[in-house]
Amino acid sequence: MLESTRADFPILSRASASGALLAYLDNAASTQRPRAVIDAMSDCYARYYSNVHRGIHTLSEESTHAYEQARQMVARFLNAASSREIVFSAGTTAAINTVARAWGDANINASDVILLTIAEHHANIVPWHQLAERTGCRIEFLPLGEDFSIDDDVVREHLARLSPKLFSFVAASNTLGTEFPVARWTRLAHEYGAKVLVDAAQAAPHRSLDVQALEVDFLVFSGHKVCGPTGIGVLYGKEALLDSIPPFLGGGGMIRQVTVDGFLPAPLPEKFEAGTPPIVEAIGLSAALKYVSNLGLDAIHAHESELCRQADSSLREIEGVRIIGPTPEKKGGILSFIVNGVHAHDISQWLDTRGIAVRAGHHCTMPLHHALGVTATTRASFYFYNTEDEVERFVASVKEVRDKFAPTGRRRRTTL
Amino acid sequence: MTPSEEDIYQEHVLDHHEDPYHRGSLTTATHAHEANNPLCGDVVHIDLQLSEDGKVEQAWFTGSGCVISQASASMLMEKIEGKTVDELKKFSAHEMLELFGPKLTPNRQKCCLLSWRVLQSALHSPVQ
Repeated sequence: MLESTRADFPILSRASASGALLAYLDNAASTQRPRAVIDAMSDCYARYYSNVHRGIHTLSEESTHAYEQARQMVARFLNAASSREIVFSAGTTAAINTVARAWGDANINASDVILLTIAEHHANIVPWHQLAERTGCRIEFLPLGEDFSIDDDVVREHLARLSPKLFSFVAASNTLGTEFPVARWTRLAHEYGAKVLVDAAQAAPHRSLDVQALEVDFLVFSGHKVCGPTGIGVLYGKEALLDSIPPFLGGGGMIRQVTVDGFLPAPLPEKFEAGTPPIVEAIGLSAALKYVSNLGLDAIHAHESELCRQADSSLREIEGVRIIGPTPEKKGGILSFIVNGVHAHDISQWLDTRGIAVRAGHHCTMPLHHALGVTATTRASFYFYNTEDEVERFVASVKEVRDKFAPTGRRRRTTL
Repeated sequence: MTPSEEDIYQEHVLDHHEDPYHRGSLTTATHAHEANNPLCGDVVHIDLQLSEDGKVEQAWFTGSGCVISQASASMLMEKIEGKTVDELKKFSAHEMLELFGPKLTPNRQKCCLLSWRVLQSALHSPVQ
C-alpha cells in the first residue's frame, strides 16, 4: 500500500522539537520530498549542471536536454497537446501574476469584469486587484453556499449577469478542501465567452488532470506541493492563446533578436521564460511527477480521502469542534476546523508538542475567512504517505486541546 | 535546547488567560490605543488613565486572540500601574518577553509583543 512509500522520505523519520515522532499533516502548505527527487537534483549538480539553451559544450547540452525532458514530463502529466504550452515559472503565484500582467494588461480594460470565487487563495486575488488598479476593471466574487460549495446555477447566473472576460477559480480550496467541478464550470464559462484560469495548486498533486479534456485556457500549479522542489511551478496555456499575448518579463532567453531599437520575442515557451530558468528545480519536478504518477493519482486521491473521512468523522464527535468545510465526499484530503474558545495558534502549538504538524491561521484566504465569520482555523492536510495511525494521534491530540484550554475556574496569582 | 512548547502553557500563563487582570474598558481613560496582528487576528485595546505628573493610575485592556496575546496583556496591565510614562517608554520588548516568562519561538513572540506595542502607542495617544 501507499504507506510503504514512507521509507522513500528521509524527513518522515525525524522527531519534532518536543521529541515526539513527526506526523506531518501540513501537506497543503508544502509536501515533503522523496529520495528520488533529492537524488535527481544532486545528480544534476554533481554530474552535468550548466546553464541551458546557451553553451555549445557538453554540460550545457546535457542540462538543456534534461530541462526539456522535464518540460515533456509536465506536458504528459497534464496531457497537454504540446510541450510548447508548458511554461516553467517560480510557482503558482508567479504563474498567475504572469497571466494577469501579460494577458490581463493586453486584454482587460475599465469596462471588464474578472470573476473569482470567494474561496480563492490570495495568489488568485491580489494579482487581479493589482490588474484592477492598473486598468479600472472590476473584480467580482462568487459566494459560497451553505454546504461550502457553489451551485452551478449560481455560477451561471454570475456569468450571464456580469459577462466576465475571465473566470479564474481554484480547483480545490486550500482551506475548505472543496473540489470544484473544473470541467463543468469551464464549459459554462466558455458558453458565456469567458476565458478560464484554473488554480490547480491543491489539485495537481492529488488527482489526474487532463487539460485537453477539461478545455481550460490556463492552468497553474506549484512543484513543492507535489513532492517537487520550491521555486518552480507550471503555467499551462493553450498554444494559440499564449502565442497571442505579449511576453511579461523581459531579458535573456525570451528573445529572438535584440537591437538598439527593440526586440523580437522568442517563440513559445521561451517567450515567457526570461533569465536563467529554474533548471535543477525543473529536473526535480520531473522526478516528482514521475514518482507520483507511478503511485497513481487515483490511488493517491482514494488514500487521502479515506484518511480525511476517518479524521472528519472522529473530529465531528468531539464536543466544541466545528468542521469548516464540506462533508468528506465533496473534498480532498484537507480538513479545517475550529475548537470553540481556543485560538488556532494555541491548537497548532499544542499539537506540535505531540509531534503533529498542522497549519493555523487564515491560510492565505482572508476574504473566505471573513465571509465565514472566523478569524483563523486549524487545518490538517493529508498526502499519500500519511497513515491511519497518524490520524488517530491527531484526533487524540485535538481531544487534549479541549481539556488543556477549557475554563476550569483558575485564579490568577499576583506576580508582583 | 529548543523551547518545549508544552512549557509555554504554564499554569501561571493559563491563570492569567482565564482570570485576567483588568480586562475591561475604562471610561476615565486619558490615553488609549488598539492594534492587531492581522496574520492571526489577535486584537488588543489598552485604556490608560495617566495622572498629571505622568503616572499610570489605571491600566485596562480588552481584546481577543490566542492564549499568549491575552495572557501577556493581562500580565502587562498588572505590571504597569504606578509606573511613570518615562519608565514605560524605557520598558523594552526584551523585558516584555521576560515578564511573560516561558521562552517563545519568533512567531509567537509577536503574539506576546502585541500588548507591548499597543502600550507604547497608547502612551502617545491622548483620548480626544
